[in-house]
Amino acid sequence: MQKDSVLELRGIYKSFPGVKALQNVDLTLRSGEIHALMGENGAGKSTLIKVLTGVYSKDAGDIYIKKGGKEEKVVFHSPQEAQRAGISTVYQEISLCPNLSVAENIYLGRSEGKFISWKKMNAQAGKLLKSLDIPVEPTQQLASCSIAVQQMVAIARSVDMDCSVLILDEPTSSLDESEVEKLFGLMRQLRDRGVGIIFVTHFLDQVYAVCDKITILRDSKLVGEYNASELPHVELVSKMLGKELDDMADIKNDAKKYQGDSATPVYQANQLCSTEGIAPFDFYIKKGEVNGFTGLLGSGRSESVRAIYGADKVTSGVVRVNGKPVDIKKPLDAMKNGIAYLSEDRKRDGIIGDLSVKDNIILALQVKTGFFKPFSKAKATKFAKKYIELLDIKTASVDTPIKSLSGGNQQKVILGRWLLTEPDYLILDEPTRGIDVGTKVDIQKLVLKLASEGMSVTFISSETDEMLRTCSRLLVMRDRKLVGELTGDDLNQATVMATIAGGGKE
Amino acid sequence: MTNSVAKRSGLAGRLRKMTDTNLLMSITIIVFILMYLGAIIFLQKGFLKPQTMFNIMNANAALIILSCGLTLVMITGGIDISVGGVAALVSMSCAVYLDYHGGNIIGAILISLGIGLAFGLVQGYLVAYLEIQPFIVTLAGMFFARGMTTIVHTNPFNVQNEAFVRLKDTRITVPFLGTVNKHGNYIPAYVEIGVIVALVIVAILFVFLKWGKTGRSFYAVGGNRQSALMLGINVKRVTFLSHLLCGLLAGIGGFVYFLHVGSGSASHAMGAEMNAIASSIIGGTMLTGGVGNIIGTLFGVMSLALIQTIVQSVGLDQAWWTGITIAAMLCLFLIVQSIIIARRKKANASSAR
Amino acid sequence: MTAKATGKQNSFLSGLLHNQLLIPIAALLLLTIFNLIADPSFFRISLGYNSDGNPVLSGYLISIIDYGSELAILAIGMTLVTAASGGQDISVGAGIAIAGSVLLRVLCGTESRPETLQAPVFVAFIVCCIVAMIFGAFNGALVAFFKIQPMVATLILFTAGRSIAAWINNNELPIVSEKSFTYFGGYLPGIPIPTPFFIALLCFVITWAVLKFTNLGLYVQAVGINEKTSRLNGLNPELIKFAVYILLGLCVAVCGLIKVSRLSTINYSVIAKDIEMDAILAVALGGNALSGGKFNMGASILGAYVIQFLTTTLYKFDVQSDALSAYKAVVVILLVVLSAPVFREKITGLFRRLRAGKAAA
Repeated sequence: MQKDSVLELRGIYKSFPGVKALQNVDLTLRSGEIHALMGENGAGKSTLIKVLTGVYSKDAGDIYIKKGGKEEKVVFHSPQEAQRAGISTVYQEISLCPNLSVAENIYLGRSEGKFISWKKMNAQAGKLLKSLDIPVEPTQQLASCSIAVQQMVAIARSVDMDCSVLILDEPTSSLDESEVEKLFGLMRQLRDRGVGIIFVTHFLDQVYAVCDKITILRDSKLVGEYNASELPHVELVSKMLGKELDDMADIKNDAKKYQGDSATPVYQANQLCSTEGIAPFDFYIKKGEVNGFTGLLGSGRSESVRAIYGADKVTSGVVRVNGKPVDIKKPLDAMKNGIAYLSEDRKRDGIIGDLSVKDNIILALQVKTGFFKPFSKAKATKFAKKYIELLDIKTASVDTPIKSLSGGNQQKVILGRWLLTEPDYLILDEPTRGIDVGTKVDIQKLVLKLASEGMSVTFISSETDEMLRTCSRLLVMRDRKLVGELTGDDLNQATVMATIAGGGKE
Repeated sequence: MTNSVAKRSGLAGRLRKMTDTNLLMSITIIVFILMYLGAIIFLQKGFLKPQTMFNIMNANAALIILSCGLTLVMITGGIDISVGGVAALVSMSCAVYLDYHGGNIIGAILISLGIGLAFGLVQGYLVAYLEIQPFIVTLAGMFFARGMTTIVHTNPFNVQNEAFVRLKDTRITVPFLGTVNKHGNYIPAYVEIGVIVALVIVAILFVFLKWGKTGRSFYAVGGNRQSALMLGINVKRVTFLSHLLCGLLAGIGGFVYFLHVGSGSASHAMGAEMNAIASSIIGGTMLTGGVGNIIGTLFGVMSLALIQTIVQSVGLDQAWWTGITIAAMLCLFLIVQSIIIARRKKANASSAR
Repeated sequence: MTAKATGKQNSFLSGLLHNQLLIPIAALLLLTIFNLIADPSFFRISLGYNSDGNPVLSGYLISIIDYGSELAILAIGMTLVTAASGGQDISVGAGIAIAGSVLLRVLCGTESRPETLQAPVFVAFIVCCIVAMIFGAFNGALVAFFKIQPMVATLILFTAGRSIAAWINNNELPIVSEKSFTYFGGYLPGIPIPTPFFIALLCFVITWAVLKFTNLGLYVQAVGINEKTSRLNGLNPELIKFAVYILLGLCVAVCGLIKVSRLSTINYSVIAKDIEMDAILAVALGGNALSGGKFNMGASILGAYVIQFLTTTLYKFDVQSDALSAYKAVVVILLVVLSAPVFREKITGLFRRLRAGKAAA
């Protein structure tokens, strides 16, 4: 172990059935530093955190911690064990009890004795909160505090437990700017006390605002550790996305781009806004066009398309389909207007696990057709077989439950479901996430083919490559705002990254 | 932004600062007082006499105990609908034991506790460690207890055991609260033994839930199981304990019920589980768990009993009005609760943004 | 080689175990064998004549298909409710009391013992259906829109229902003297098979047709398995949950008709007592998850008749009707314990350890 480090991970391997989640990953955390852990979706950040905190057991590699000046090789079997060893985690989803008071949440489950002295506990909590500058009364019910304060209370609990390592897993994703500032204040204060902080976030500005070191993961491997002050914005993005700046200039785009024709857009929205905290935005797509929303995770790209589809509660905006004003309040409205939406989270929003492949394929069209017009068994099987063949879905039969298929095949089933409805406008939100390379390519080819047949497609992917290969127009989002629109010659890695990073094109 | 609470002032601010538990309990107590005042003003019929109040307590001591047990389970987010059946089984078993097997009071008490504990143990194990839905488990428990009651003895009968009858008729005089009747004679106010037992249990549980570490972990488990686990609480053990205590209290409640009615019958405590759940909910315990208070439950039982008395004294004295009144009141409070909490959540969310 | 063989065996076994009809059929076989050994006369069916001179079949088997009818009809609705909302309606018994009470009220009008019917049975039945569906809608609204757990929401009517039933008729016990009214719960002239069986058959056919010619099955399962996905696919989960409770109300109304017709009168506190338990048991015995999702209607219906088989067997061995629930409660607990994932894991773990122990030895 190095002299000033409090935590070292060496050569960590972890794999799940069919997926190598971590391959030979190292991480070094020194006392009194804020260390950003960066990487796109599926890079292995959360797996690394979970291995570190004992939620998962690692396949290979060592974890060393330093406690009281003594270094020690450790194996954690549960988050509690890690906590006892001084490693505390504050998750994005706050793991406190909303129905209890702030003070109770700080001391619950870890004080001595059979009875509580409320007076003593509140006084102690008050002192702690004051020392950390957290603006809350110890007696207040946690649920009545803002999310930021709740997060700070969770941090206060960790601090009081004498942690030497504090892991903050995307704590800022639901905070506004002033709240983020307060949180940063607290983080800096802890750093000055000598706590090592691992900070996971998707917001680049925040990394530069508060972090000393940056460790980057990509495709389950370590890219490297950098000093924040020596790593420019654009380079950080390029390292996360896996493209060196030099390569970017000469990416060839042979594929034909579908910009669409016809004057009236298939879909057009003005000042569309939903309850999910995105800024109102304008959007249109022409017949046969392929466009895409890009931006880092949490930038609001999914929320934007969900608003288009009516999946979240739409609060304002004027929507036109083929020039005619329409009201899209719920998914069924969108479906009836020829819009289809393949959702981001396949497991939660996509598949109906216990139902057969056949039922999963026909579901959307069946709902669209109506309650009293079920397809005959033969017809349903014909539909299912058609798309199983067309999309090359590997399944034992049409009656196999979808949950027993592999991720890529599940995705194809859902794609089949939406193609069956013969939409004019197809929205694909991360259709390539978590599936094998072959399927990824299949899906991109399919998108281009559909566009050539006149379908309009909005495509979202965390991999800029895929977007550049398929889209003729990119809408760039940052911090839940639409910040740019790129077409033509601007469609190259360098410009896209610069726009995402927000630092211009230098 | 973060401290919008502090910015607000006056009643609204103070209401927002109040915990869910205290807010719901306050509503109950206010409703109870208003109802009682209303009864005094509009109905008179003796509502001014303390004995009226004591009579309500005498008749509902067992219900108070059963409701306490349910409150415990409901705070952890569970439910137990076997308590009525257990109470019936306890009274029938005790009655048979006392009259047909020459039993004594101590033995009867032990039987009550034993039956209650057995139900608590089995149901607690099934719910906590085998993770079966509490409703299914306790529904089966309820039917089992009802069926067993008939198996123990079929026909209802009054217990003749002398020691028991003496205990049953024991009246504890409450000083200073008696009334003077028309003839100028002083009639002392009294309560039955069951009331004392119930009040002692309420006091113990109040302390347990307010200051006990274990008691607080009940709230934590009910508030958010996952978080409670992360905060280092043995969630399964707490769930098990809540059902165990509820079973035990059902046993005690059954004995108190038996002491009040002095007979065994398969139809005893019919619908008591419903009354107990209703009382807990009216007393401010949330079905979703994590919110509730024993004092609130006490007032919940009293409110329920009071409204029945009121309904009867306005002339709706047919038997079915009782069931309908309780169901209506439960329904009302359930909906009010879900609305209040949804609104608070919304307010909190908007202050968080 | 051996690994392959065991693999094949496993798949055969799991195929058998995955067939939902396995559990009810196995239970049925078990009961049949038990009765064959204990007393084969259980299966005797004899033809006789009732007091009106109608030919009537009698025997334990006949009483199973007779008294199992209400249960099977309820199981239809209960299966849908379970699948869509992941909970059960425990107010069906009380609901039957209400439905029956309404039926009698309409038939008898203001008198409690009229010479002639005050309204046609058909009209009375329609009114009874509407009332039962309104009560179903009440339950459904609490569950779907107020998001109250199904069992707690239905607990309200579970307790109040019988009181409401008594209130509808002012706690009087109206008696219908008209003969044709008894046909629904008894025998049609000249037909020796009990009518409730035919009513049940009719209900099965209608259910089959509804499941075949509408998307009810698909929608209900989709909502029960994944509400979020269902919404994104254009379904309205609240509306579907609400609707299944209304459908259950309809089933309750039919049961009410049969129950009341059997006696030509009503006993508010006894009618359809504990039937909610049997209905839930039928659904569980049919291998349907009580936590919702996929369902198999045929298995539930078969389950209902198996439960009635069990009840009849218990009766035959002189178990009192009030004590029946104790035995059934034990069966429920056994069923849910056996199907609990945690329990299965523990058992598999135990087997594995045993096998490992053997291998080591």
